[in-house]
Amino acid sequence: MLRPRLIPVLLLRGGALVKTVRFADARYVGDPLNAVRILNEKEVDELAILDIDASVHGRTPDLGLIRELAAECRMPVSYAGGVTNVETFQALIGLGVEKVGLSSAALERPQLIRECATVVGSQSVMYVADSRRNGSTHEIYSHNGLRASGQDVATMAKIAEDMGAGEVLINSIDRDGTRSGYDFDLISAVRAAVQIPISALGGAGSLEDVRELYSRFGLIGAAAGSMFVYHGKFNAVLINYPSRAKRREAFGEL
Amino acid sequence: MIGVIDYGLGNVHAFLSLYEDEGVPARTVTSMSDLDACEALILPGVGAFDSAMDRLESSGLRESLDYAVLKRSTPVLGVCVGFQMMCNSSEEGVKPGLGWLDATVRRFDPAAVAGMLPHMGWNDVQAGSASLLLSGITSPSFYFLHSYHVDVADSTVIAARSHYGVDFVAAVEQRNLFATQFHPEKSHEWGRRVLLNFAQIAHA
Repeated sequence: MLRPRLIPVLLLRGGALVKTVRFADARYVGDPLNAVRILNEKEVDELAILDIDASVHGRTPDLGLIRELAAECRMPVSYAGGVTNVETFQALIGLGVEKVGLSSAALERPQLIRECATVVGSQSVMYVADSRRNGSTHEIYSHNGLRASGQDVATMAKIAEDMGAGEVLINSIDRDGTRSGYDFDLISAVRAAVQIPISALGGAGSLEDVRELYSRFGLIGAAAGSMFVYHGKFNAVLINYPSRAKRREAFGEL
Repeated sequence: MIGVIDYGLGNVHAFLSLYEDEGVPARTVTSMSDLDACEALILPGVGAFDSAMDRLESSGLRESLDYAVLKRSTPVLGVCVGFQMMCNSSEEGVKPGLGWLDATVRRFDPAAVAGMLPHMGWNDVQAGSASLLLSGITSPSFYFLHSYHVDVADSTVIAARSHYGVDFVAAVEQRNLFATQFHPEKSHEWGRRVLLNFAQIAHA
């Protein structure tokens, strides 16, 4: 039976690993290559690498670093950050990245999603939706949370699906780094709008939060940053991930 | 020497580094002469069917591949879209496939999976007892990432099955043709064993 995924997320800024809270206060947490090696050894389901700086500074993805990171992984890797054209998208796939995410560029020009999907197939195209609550609505923000788009998350997710995206990664800016639980309202809104696989990021603090996500949504990707990077009440940096046995215990025989 | 066909779309590095870690000689194949040096081949694949077939045609390797596989019976392992390319045709595109396997690639019926496509994630695979690729591997799971699956004309070639809304073909074995719908190069220990089993087949 297909199992829901548990996905560690690593944030890159200037080639270093960082962790943020609500997309701010980036704290250095280590060397990405080291983190990837550890996660590979722990046999994680899949890994997501997000470059949080690229679109802000108009930089293209660091292909050399990404190639190195992907080479360490015996599990699928997704990458997002600063992808603005099909050539870069294709180059990343060629480096051994299974899924490439489009965010700010897809917001500006949704057609880019279709162009990428035509060449590499929908299964490799991920739409990354960074979202902030605006009263009772969920609004897409681009450029690492700096620019309000005026666009509703569920609406944009649907556009991405129609354009051929194979997955939506819902990233809650408000919950990022807070470990206060996933934003189920936000996730429900997107789940209702699209049929393609979705993954949720932002707010997971424990396996219990993940278990609750799975029990509400069934097949969904549970993505998390802080949970897999920090340990203990003083937030010591310790790359961690539950063993298969631990996951069976936490989630049941999925 | 195992040759991993590099036609520009597929995780070539993952196969090479895995074999390197295991001390199994492997190299990329980008030209006809590269091909000649190899006792076995891997045809990887990530991407849309037509686009993949286009790239393979443009690589100039098509004829030599056909010769190696169909005439010299070089063992070949197709992975994901590589597997699909080995078939006659795909519902995903309009181009003909390699036609090595008598099979058609079909879309999963969205109704059977609540519309959730692609099939994405780790799923259980049941191997037939005679499978060489899955020999010695107990209750494996592998990573799948696809919206299309292979419908074979002759079910005796099916080496392993999985389930996503419907039972579908996870692996085939037919003489020198081997293929998996899942990604062994991205399925941790289980996948590593499949690739080592293929290396054994190659050197047999």
